[in-house]
Amino acid sequence: MASKFWASSAANALKISCSGTKISAFPALSRCFSSVLDGLKYTKSHEWVKHEGSVATVGITDHAQGHLGEVVFVELPEKGVAVTQGEGFGAVESVKATSDVNCPISGEVIEVNTKLTETPGLINSSPYEDGWMIKVKPSSPLDLDSLLDASNYTKHCEEEDAAH
Amino acid sequence: MNLNNAKKSVLPIMNLVRMQGVPILDQLHLEERLLRCDLKNWCIVNVGTPQPTIVMGISGKPSELINIKSVIHNQVPVIRRFTGGGTVIVDKETIFVTLICNREAVPLLQLYPQPIMSWTGTLYQDALRDFGKFSLRENDYVFDNLKFGGNAQSITKNKWIHHTSFLWDYDERNMEYLKHPQRTPKYRSERSHIEFLCRMKDIIPSKSVFIEKTLNSLQKHFVLQPIKSDDISNAPYAPSSRLLTRQELEHDLLSTGT
Repeated sequence: MASKFWASSAANALKISCSGTKISAFPALSRCFSSVLDGLKYTKSHEWVKHEGSVATVGITDHAQGHLGEVVFVELPEKGVAVTQGEGFGAVESVKATSDVNCPISGEVIEVNTKLTETPGLINSSPYEDGWMIKVKPSSPLDLDSLLDASNYTKHCEEEDAAH
Repeated sequence: MNLNNAKKSVLPIMNLVRMQGVPILDQLHLEERLLRCDLKNWCIVNVGTPQPTIVMGISGKPSELINIKSVIHNQVPVIRRFTGGGTVIVDKETIFVTLICNREAVPLLQLYPQPIMSWTGTLYQDALRDFGKFSLRENDYVFDNLKFGGNAQSITKNKWIHHTSFLWDYDERNMEYLKHPQRTPKYRSERSHIEFLCRMKDIIPSKSVFIEKTLNSLQKHFVLQPIKSDDISNAPYAPSSRLLTRQELEHDLLSTGT
């Protein structure tokens, strides 16, 4: 559940680009913001992971989907494949580009979101819920310790956007 | 102190590979290997591919993008490449220019599709400013509103590739193999392939002028280091770009009834 929400939907409604440039829609705002959920862990390459017992769900963040643009195709691994923390497990296509998606944790893929084949735009419209990409059986609980919490991820996004 | 040399010395190095008539599939295999297995920056220039070849993006579906019956009948090769983007038909009059860069190569460049595309637009804006009204329009390179260069990209955690097929000249009959795609840029305005493309040879004096202008523009950002393609190490890598089989095309034709 979102306990911290920023105005990305408002920005989308106003058709404001979230490409990193400073755009003033309102006097008090200098850039667009994306939603970041408490309770998830994040990578610096903009993937999220939700760890619940023996299953970890993985996807890309609202920040990432906003910068990528409309997702038109998703490439996912097959069930049973081993994934490694920090390495690519799939890709998304948007705006004439494929972008690797990297796995936040190591383990085995136990489920893939087959809805993304027909409706890749779920990644844009619902990056943390219906747009999940894979479920993993983690091989090392310590992997989560190296990831960012919501607060540090938000700070990372702000610093990254401010630098460009 | 010579300031020009001092500035040049801090520019990153980019290996420059110039090829003539290398088959596009071989070029794509080289590119994918350099993107995935090499840490250096690369510029690849290939002038022409021996035979007309259709090249689709990673998610391309033949039934939606090409006239399969005539493609099969005339044995036109169809490749699915590893980058995103649309479908092109290339031949010996196509000039290919590819940039492969690591994260630090272009200062302050975010590794997302739009910033990379914009940056390349400025590169070619500088290269082509003497020849017509160049612009990057909805991810295509155009003179006025006529497309002459199609782009595609692939972005990894720390590297990106941007490759372009430039239409020095083209055979209108080959464009008949391509369907009007479902997704088109707005500026295309329902125009057919022939109506919204232009030939670079009608605007730029020669292929060598275009290539040299492009490399001059690139040299403002990189120190270009010529490398022979034979000298590139052959790291083991299984590329994903591949030729579609006749069976695959026939199956697609039968399953969709097109």
